[in-house]
Amino acid sequence: MKKRTLATRDVVAVGLGAAVFLILFKLIAIPTGLPNTQVNVAQSWLSLVSIIFSPVVGALVAIIGHSLNDALSYGSVWWSWVIADGLYAFVFGWLVKGARLNKGRLSWKKIIWFNLSQLVANLLAWVVLAPSLDIWIYAEPANKVYLQGALSTVVNVLSTAIIGTLLLKLYVNGRGQDRVLREEDE
Amino acid sequence: MTALFGYQKRDSYFHRLTARAKLLGLIFLTVAGMLSFDARFLVLLTVCAAFALYRSRIRWAEIAWIVWLTIFFAILNLVLIYVFAPQYGVKLFADKTVLLGTGHYALTSQQLFYELLVLLKYAFSLPLTLVFLLTTQPSQLAAGLNRLGVPYQIAYAFSLTLRYLPTIQTEFAMTKKVQEARGYTLGADSSWPNRLLATSRLLLSLVFATLEKVEVISQAMALRRFGKGKRRSWYHAQHMGQQDWLFLLGTIVLLLLSIFLCQQNGGRFWNPFS
Repeated sequence: MKKRTLATRDVVAVGLGAAVFLILFKLIAIPTGLPNTQVNVAQSWLSLVSIIFSPVVGALVAIIGHSLNDALSYGSVWWSWVIADGLYAFVFGWLVKGARLNKGRLSWKKIIWFNLSQLVANLLAWVVLAPSLDIWIYAEPANKVYLQGALSTVVNVLSTAIIGTLLLKLYVNGRGQDRVLREEDE
Repeated sequence: MTALFGYQKRDSYFHRLTARAKLLGLIFLTVAGMLSFDARFLVLLTVCAAFALYRSRIRWAEIAWIVWLTIFFAILNLVLIYVFAPQYGVKLFADKTVLLGTGHYALTSQQLFYELLVLLKYAFSLPLTLVFLLTTQPSQLAAGLNRLGVPYQIAYAFSLTLRYLPTIQTEFAMTKKVQEARGYTLGADSSWPNRLLATSRLLLSLVFATLEKVEVISQAMALRRFGKGKRRSWYHAQHMGQQDWLFLLGTIVLLLLSIFLCQQNGGRFWNPFS
């Protein structure tokens, strides 16, 4: 319908999506012992939002949710990681866009594509972008930030592979008849 | 769960400033502080930020928890930097003055100075963010975001997030209890597969509840013709007064000083060792 601005439904999805993201970020996170690095369920939610809505919605959810969470729970925003999270959602959403993961049955092929995409997006965000921004903005030692990045990648890839895949499966199975009207919006 | 902290209605200089001026000021000062690795400037900025915190009439009890948390993370980060790159300061400042010990982990004054810079980065940003968060009313912030050029759809999404945080938080707690009653516990006493399944089920009910809310809210908004116009007006819109412009001028001066120092020092770092 409109090309340049967000549709009303996307606006609401961003608003509520970011709120859920923040709650998940705060309430279910298992620390790994390194600052800024934790097992995150929020990442799976982010992946699902990117699939159901769009890469742009996913990226906005990540940016609003992550920065608000940083501000509300640590008092300062770690911008390099906020931007990386936004990039993750966008790249992942873009990669799975053609696969129509939330439509029809969830085949093995789709599950593999889902996981390949999240692997690529996670690598881009946490091994390439986040450490580079850390060095550029905060002038932190390279080996420290690359280790943090690598650790987050492993943790995020694993948690999305397990919880994200399970969530997607349950979502596709549990979707009822109420989605009939959905087609008109697209 | 601990309540999310946020806006406190009070009367102070910072409460009276418009959200737009505060947001812009926060951005200028954050950029200034991120850009500069000049210890003199960062100390000045920290002093300004601490003074702002003092003037904003925020009580210690309201922020104590977050301050201790930040101190904990800052120290953890400093230790990690030392563990991974104990000679990083030597490389940065191209000089080596050993204070203690020998070998790779020898303590140098350059390393100490670099770690001080990292600490100052935390020290200036925490008070600034606290002042901003505790003195800015969320609806005014959404209006302010829009006036700064952020599309109103995104500003509105942001205010929706703030509006629905408590609702979703309550729903989350409720869903968790319901799942626990059905035998899917998240606690440490249940096995890993059980916890994973419990987490996914909890997420799933949140997903469906949220999707339903998205439908209802977006239909309500569509009925009120949201998104039809190029602009929208805000109930909480504010006008910039003299105080706001003066405040902004102050932050711009600090930003310019930061840029000036970068030029003067021939880079972002100020090297007292050369």
